[in-house]
Amino acid sequence: MADHLDDYIDAVARAMALPVEDAWRPAVRANLEVSLRLALLVDDFPLPDEAESAAIYTA
Amino acid sequence: MPETPAHMSAAAIAQAVSTRKLTALAATEAALARIAAHDKTLNSFTDVTADRARAKAKAVDAAIADGKPVGPLAGVPFAVKNLFDVQGLSTRAGSKINRDLPPSPRDATLIERMEAAGAVLVGALNMGEYAYDFTGENVHDGPSRNPHDPTRMTGGSSGGSGSAVGGALVPIALGSDTNGSIRVPASFCGIFGLKPTFGRLSRARTYPFVASLDHLGPLARSVTDLALAYDAMQGPDADDAGCAGRSFEPTLPLLTHDIGGLRIAIAGGYFQKNVFPEAVEAVARVAKALGATQTVELPEAARARAAAYIITTTEGASLHLDRLRKRPNDFDPAVRDRFLAGAMVPAVYVDKAQKFRRWYRAKVLELFNSVDVILAPATPGTAPKLGQVNFVLDGVELPVRANIGIHTQPISYIGLPVVAVPVPLEPMPIGVQIIAAPWREDIALRVAYALEKMGVAAAPAPRGI
Repeated sequence: MADHLDDYIDAVARAMALPVEDAWRPAVRANLEVSLRLALLVDDFPLPDEAESAAIYTA
Repeated sequence: MPETPAHMSAAAIAQAVSTRKLTALAATEAALARIAAHDKTLNSFTDVTADRARAKAKAVDAAIADGKPVGPLAGVPFAVKNLFDVQGLSTRAGSKINRDLPPSPRDATLIERMEAAGAVLVGALNMGEYAYDFTGENVHDGPSRNPHDPTRMTGGSSGGSGSAVGGALVPIALGSDTNGSIRVPASFCGIFGLKPTFGRLSRARTYPFVASLDHLGPLARSVTDLALAYDAMQGPDADDAGCAGRSFEPTLPLLTHDIGGLRIAIAGGYFQKNVFPEAVEAVARVAKALGATQTVELPEAARARAAAYIITTTEGASLHLDRLRKRPNDFDPAVRDRFLAGAMVPAVYVDKAQKFRRWYRAKVLELFNSVDVILAPATPGTAPKLGQVNFVLDGVELPVRANIGIHTQPISYIGLPVVAVPVPLEPMPIGVQIIAAPWREDIALRVAYALEKMGVAAAPAPRGI
């Protein structure tokens, strides 16, 4: 994903109307790289399909 | 003897005021004078509410003169992180953007409860922008400064709270803790901090950061003062959907109860990595004093920290999405760039982070079948220098900002109650987390109190002002 991260940032920024000026891009990219690395660590953990979210709504 | 009422504990002030040995107005004037004398150095206050404070203090004194009950915090000056609504002030939450908000029409619930117990609000405190911070630095208001060495960080994001209490400007401050923002400044500034169980204290009329993880709590220079403030603020509140419906469970009367029957263990694995020698020394001193030799492993703590990070960056980005579009240049650039990246994290990872949270909670709660208290470092080391970008941990150069909270995040992720206790090492103090099972703040406070009585935990007098 890292190879395509600049393309991803461009696409998401356009789709969500988020301003990412050229001067900000290295820091945004660096932060996103950290987030995705940590997200993959969470993703790697096997949870059963029945796992419930901690953010459960109570009616 | 303390030089002035400003150096007294909250408990001592309340005792002296309620027995008419000291007036609430004199206690308030002493705090205002100390703020005037030292806050140019500490930069902990963003607003000093002197007129309001004097009026409240006079009302407390008048009530005492009339023989009316005044509460357990009679005449005690306190201040709040500037994300708490204070009637008449715009709730800036460390930002430039929020200064455009209208003045708050009503105080936060916790301020109302502190004042109902007789305390006197003297102002609002500096903080990292929108609480997305572990340093206590702020580009708009300048950094809050460490009371033991003003060239060092206070820690954040409740930096002003740590500085004002550590510097003895006020005996009690309120802060917020999403990932460590009470425990980190408590550690760096050498004071006690309580992050209660998630849902324990009302967040009503405070500016949010991450609804899934936000907690509020007190910071103080003694455990008794921490318990006094915490007890005054407990109770359900319909104005905060996240506030649990638990009734008042007082902790102050339990502080002196013997801790001999408690099973106390040291957090191993993850919590013994990425630490400087002073953090190792602090945990060792606390463990020795408590006779703790057993080590327990919080399973998958690194993954828990990662999941907390994902929930934080995405919920924070969601909160500020519109402001990122409309006023990106009015953010601290470093905060803006973190939020922009957070907005780009796919939602599937947030869902997984919330599912993992439930798994991790169940596993950690199993540990509390065999132990009552877990000890862990509050920060990897003592306060870094202001502006410091990197430090070398375990031979690896790492960014300071992202790594200050690595030992606090896996705990707040599942909302466990923690008292951060200061170990007065030289030249700088450092904190240790006393972690208990959910809703057992009483146990964490009892252990902290015992450590204070043994002299192992203590808030050192400020040396930097």
